[in-house]
Amino acid sequence: MVDILDGIIKALQLILSGDPMLYGIVYRSLVFSGVAVVLATLWGTPLAMLLGLREFRGKTIVKAFFNSLIGIPTVVLGLLLYLIFSKGGPLGFLGLVYTPAAIILGEAVLVTPILISIATTAIEAVDPEIMNLSKTLGASESQASVAVLKEALNGVLLSNIASFNRAIAELGVALLVGGNIAGLTDVLTTAISRYTARGGEDLNLAIALGLLLIVIVFAINVIVIAARKVKIWLTLGRSPQ
Amino acid sequence: MQIWQKMLIVAALATITVVAGTLVYLNYFARRRLIISTTTSLYDTGLLDELEKNYEATHDIDVSIISAGTGIAIQHAKNGDADVILVHSPSVEKTFLEGGYGVNRKIFAYNFFTIVGPADDPAELEGKSAKDALKSIVTYGEGLPDQSGQTKIWVSRGDNSGTHAKEQSLWKAAGYNYTLISDEPWYASVGSGMGNTLNVAEQKSAYTLSDIGTYLKFSKDGAISLKALLTEEKSLLNVYSAMAVNQTVPANQTLHERINYVEAMDFIKYLVSNETQQFIENYGKATYAQSLFYGAVQPLKDDSPQPLVSWIKDSAFFDGSECPEQYRSGYPELYP
Repeated sequence: MVDILDGIIKALQLILSGDPMLYGIVYRSLVFSGVAVVLATLWGTPLAMLLGLREFRGKTIVKAFFNSLIGIPTVVLGLLLYLIFSKGGPLGFLGLVYTPAAIILGEAVLVTPILISIATTAIEAVDPEIMNLSKTLGASESQASVAVLKEALNGVLLSNIASFNRAIAELGVALLVGGNIAGLTDVLTTAISRYTARGGEDLNLAIALGLLLIVIVFAINVIVIAARKVKIWLTLGRSPQ
Repeated sequence: MQIWQKMLIVAALATITVVAGTLVYLNYFARRRLIISTTTSLYDTGLLDELEKNYEATHDIDVSIISAGTGIAIQHAKNGDADVILVHSPSVEKTFLEGGYGVNRKIFAYNFFTIVGPADDPAELEGKSAKDALKSIVTYGEGLPDQSGQTKIWVSRGDNSGTHAKEQSLWKAAGYNYTLISDEPWYASVGSGMGNTLNVAEQKSAYTLSDIGTYLKFSKDGAISLKALLTEEKSLLNVYSAMAVNQTVPANQTLHERINYVEAMDFIKYLVSNETQQFIENYGKATYAQSLFYGAVQPLKDDSPQPLVSWIKDSAFFDGSECPEQYRSGYPELYP
């Protein structure tokens, strides 16, 4: 029978022992999700600016489209991307299947809808006067857009964090396009599923990885909340009474 | 140019950098990769990890193992996403060879399946033949007071793996229609690997078909209290073979150019070498008091012990050979 407490104690020992394999997995999880969010931010922010600042026909539909994609099951996206990246698929010539790049691209695609939706809402919430004011003060269209983006920075940051949480905690994409190859494409979630299937002593490893995953997600959220608090205090301190 | 257009160009450049960076790294800096798609039992028992370590110590190549059922392993190979497949489902292997997807099949190991179940064995399977055991399961299932589908007494892999194929053929041999059996309220299909299936059977106090290797590992580790109930017999034989993925399928030449055929064959030669065969046989012996897998190369060469060899030939040979002439490509030393 599985003794949970015993498992957790052994898992903590594993974590404290600094097992290089364990930390290799953590490292890959952080890097893959991190790069994925950077990519998604790079291509998501300009789209969010378009959606937030411009009026065009079908805008509501585009926004609804991204909103509904937020909840796409990761295995479905994983399957779709596997078929695309597979050597028999349309992008097969790149030879990306079962490489880190496939996971990074897959997770970037996965989090793009979250990023666009939250960032668009944040940009829309910025007072439209800022745009007009900057233009009156002689800013070009581009400079005015950047001014709005600066105001919406908190929201954009929030969208990054939500995206990172989704990327690091998802299983389907990493498993299907990454193949869960030990030491190359296994990340926290896929390794947890592997070691759970192996059972026995390996179950402790799964628990250890699970604990680390929770700690990472928790820590990142705490850091962001703390950073926002500090920023508010700084702003309050500067503003005239 | 608008700011968002500039940003999109930066995004495109960053994406290209990530893709190109990976490709350059994999092609010029990392060691060459050999992708092995394998059935779960060889992986979940830890055997392949050890083989990988030994192989990488003597060869300048990075072995990447993808563990899935035989069904998915075959699909990977068809898509050209694997170089070698390790599977245990002769009928599926035959179709695979006939389709021209794989070549140079070598039988490299065997063990036995067994039906495992709760220690008190309510359906009274112990000591029966596989045929009679399945009949007992049906009798027990039909006699259950709860026919609502809440009580499950049989757990199936349900994932098109080699074990799943074996289960289907056993039901058929016992005189049942598999489709009807799988619709019974006491029948549960979990659609996942052997380890998971054993865990589910344990939680539900149900019976399941398992390869002996995975069962022994789980049992020894204390993860399950299920008991192995059947003894070795012909219909429970489990034969593992390796195939190289064919590089030169006339229909899709371009698709298969990237397949690492030469190194795939090196790995197969390594699998059937005397040292590796010995290693397979000794793997886990100290821990489990019996071998998890047995090497098949020497018995086939010696034509003994019997009746084992004739069992292997009956269940896993095609036209009297482990790999008929037309499915071979070079490497005559593999088929003396």
